Amino acid sequence: MANRDINIAVQAGHVHAIVGENGAGKSTLMNILYGLIRPDEGTISVEGTTVDLASPSDAIAAGIGMVHQHFKLADNFTVLENIVLGDEPTKGAWVDFGRAKSRINEIADKYGLEVDPEELVENLGVGDRQRVEILKVLYRGARILILDEPTAVLVPQEVDELFDALRDLKSEGLTVIFISHKLDEVLSVADEITVIRRGTTVATVDPSEVTAHDLAELMVGSELPVPELRDSTVTDKPVLTLDGVTVTSPDGRTLLEGLSFTIHSGEILGIAGVEGNGQAELVDAVMGIRPISSGTVLLGDEDITAWATRKVREAGVYAIPEDRTRQGLLLEAPLWENRMLGHQTEVPNAKGPLIDRKGARADTERIVRDYDVRTPSIDIPASALSGGNQQKLIVGREMSGTPKMLVAAHPTRGVDVGAQAAIWDHMRTARANGLAVLLISADLDELIGMSDSLSVILRGRLVADFDPRSVTPQDLGSAMTGATTSAEGAA
Amino acid sequence: MSGRFSPRRIALTLAAPVLAIIFSLLIASIVLLAVGDSPLVVFQAMLDYGVRPRTMVLTINTATTYYLSAVAVAIGFKMNLFNIGVDGQYRLAAMLAAAVGGAISLPSPLHALVVVLVAMLVGAMWAGIAGVLRAYRGVSEVISTIMLNAIATGVIAYMLRPGRLAVSTQGSNNIGTKPIPESGHVPGFAFVPGTETKVYGFVFLAVLVGVAYWYMLNRTRFGFDLRATGMSESAAVSSGVSVKRMIVTAMLLSGAVAGLVGMPQLLGGSYSYSLDFPAGLGFTGIAIALLGRNNPVGIAFGALLWAFLTNSAQILDLEGVPKEIANIMQGTIVLSVVVAYELVRRYRLREQQQQVGEQVAEEPPTPRTGSDMGAPV
Repeated sequence: MANRDINIAVQAGHVHAIVGENGAGKSTLMNILYGLIRPDEGTISVEGTTVDLASPSDAIAAGIGMVHQHFKLADNFTVLENIVLGDEPTKGAWVDFGRAKSRINEIADKYGLEVDPEELVENLGVGDRQRVEILKVLYRGARILILDEPTAVLVPQEVDELFDALRDLKSEGLTVIFISHKLDEVLSVADEITVIRRGTTVATVDPSEVTAHDLAELMVGSELPVPELRDSTVTDKPVLTLDGVTVTSPDGRTLLEGLSFTIHSGEILGIAGVEGNGQAELVDAVMGIRPISSGTVLLGDEDITAWATRKVREAGVYAIPEDRTRQGLLLEAPLWENRMLGHQTEVPNAKGPLIDRKGARADTERIVRDYDVRTPSIDIPASALSGGNQQKLIVGREMSGTPKMLVAAHPTRGVDVGAQAAIWDHMRTARANGLAVLLISADLDELIGMSDSLSVILRGRLVADFDPRSVTPQDLGSAMTGATTSAEGAA
Repeated sequence: MSGRFSPRRIALTLAAPVLAIIFSLLIASIVLLAVGDSPLVVFQAMLDYGVRPRTMVLTINTATTYYLSAVAVAIGFKMNLFNIGVDGQYRLAAMLAAAVGGAISLPSPLHALVVVLVAMLVGAMWAGIAGVLRAYRGVSEVISTIMLNAIATGVIAYMLRPGRLAVSTQGSNNIGTKPIPESGHVPGFAFVPGTETKVYGFVFLAVLVGVAYWYMLNRTRFGFDLRATGMSESAAVSSGVSVKRMIVTAMLLSGAVAGLVGMPQLLGGSYSYSLDFPAGLGFTGIAIALLGRNNPVGIAFGALLWAFLTNSAQILDLEGVPKEIANIMQGTIVLSVVVAYELVRRYRLREQQQQVGEQVAEEPPTPRTGSDMGAPV
């Protein structure tokens, strides 16, 4: 059962938001409404009539349209062709593009969704593509639109445009069901908000009466965790020292330039920066994945600059990768094999040249228990888990054994609030036990709360150091974008 | 949660190949009806002939070579390497090993062993060329192995001449390497009662290769690295696998097993590499590896099925039915099995996601932080 006792009443002409943590059952609910999954019990009514949605075409017939989070468009088709695909108006044996086009223009005008019907989809930006998806649904006569995390792929300006469009749709009497976990957005656009937790509806609230904080607590069912470190555990024992590390790409571009810092035992060094400013390269350089063109990397007193990744890992430098599905998991492999990934030469996973199945499986059970990975078994493939649970497994794996140094890239990205607190807890405990952590994150609250010292990376260089006790997110933000480059405070 | 060997899981695993076989029988029936033959009569004839003792031995023998070839291909497949070059590798290996075997004279088991080792070495080297090109020059192994097949054919034609590695066979225009003396033969044994035809001694080697392949893949760190690289190269790199080294090693291993493909025939039957040495086994191996999903047991069934179809179809010419009907069946089995496996895979994934969903719906073991305020509202 992924959903039970879901009770939602959506008013016509409303934007109704559904919020919940990862794996709370939002997607399952949407799939039920779109006819992809049939409920075992209960009924769905549209405009007072009970409907049986056995397939997406039933849903479309009932006036329900779905705008998926991942666009389902053919890149080499025009907007027009994409919209009519599967529902082409015909004239004899031919597609009547003229008629289709005038209808699309009509819809686009009515709802303020401007897109050139003749443009190829591959030339469109993300915001335009999303408009095409919405047009596609409207073209099929939908009166109720379901938008699944529509803002996840948009930049702030595009989010504003989308919300304007949603208000237009609403004023024309259409109903929008808006799924998200970005609470600020939900509060700004929704007329009513339903909170889902663990597969069931826990509350329906009026956005004018709640704060983002209230919503988050409803989602989690408990108080929100705060990232914070208590006493300093920083020692004077250096664990990782980078001295003038420079990395150039094969085509000669400088990716990292003269990076120097020292992380001591019991210290968390936070790296702030807009994504793509060299964070990934920094991780790769430390982990021995990318060759370093000049400078040195020391682990304790040992020069590990030229070491291969496996040797670096065996020496106790573990990493939570930035992109979990590409770098952190074997999606087709069972969880217990994923436990071994990156640690396939170490206890409890290996015995000499052989794999220690028993050891690896037992330890996977431990991680599943300690890190609350919600899975029916350790034999199912990693791809069956939700993103948050995948992340918990990876964090559990990389904090197992005896790491001296943890390179943590976005350790709590995509996990729910409860798991976030647990991961922070584990990091605090490990830090107290002397672990050195290089923390790379896009979450400024996390960086400020969890770091003993903070540096900002911009275009491959460390441009500023801050004291996390006194810095504000605004200070960090302007340093990240290069608005100020002067170093301030001590780190 | 059902265990690894629950009846349900076994049924799901078998569903795909069984569906594929039924589908291929259907297609073959349509073809037979279209040319005016009765499918039932034809299938009956194949079945009757196929279970005769002699045909059964031939089926086992053919399956032995198919099996080795398919395992060679499967080693590459497990790492997303497409070794189309098994064909060239085993032919070149068999030819050179035959020449060495004919030239030396050693006591009995040692002689055959040397021939086998030479074959493995040659196969490994020939495949290794493609591996090195792929790892250090980025050349697609698909292209390079196809080209190496053509080069192998040329090298064999050049070497297999009187005065070089070949001697003329008396009373025919066939030429081949100097026959390997008795000390290098690997005797067959009578296994199926009611026929003089013997089963290749190499059948044991094939079983051994299968067990070693399974063990390597599932029980060794090397096998884990190999599978990890095949599933996700980027994840393997992050985990510390040297992908370049894995590519070369996997191609060397694949080539070494490919070198064995010609051995049952060479040391158990012809004792010489001549112009009529069987060719094309490498390509059959690709189809069987697909059919068996690179699984050592699956490949064994695939090889037996394939060999059964090949051998039992020999009777059809006598019945006035083109024996190529077996090729049609083999082809449709491979095509439909790929589709069927994908369907089963999706079904299983959906089922697993449902199980995960059920787990989520249950209350968590213990919330780790924060005071639990209980469910508001």
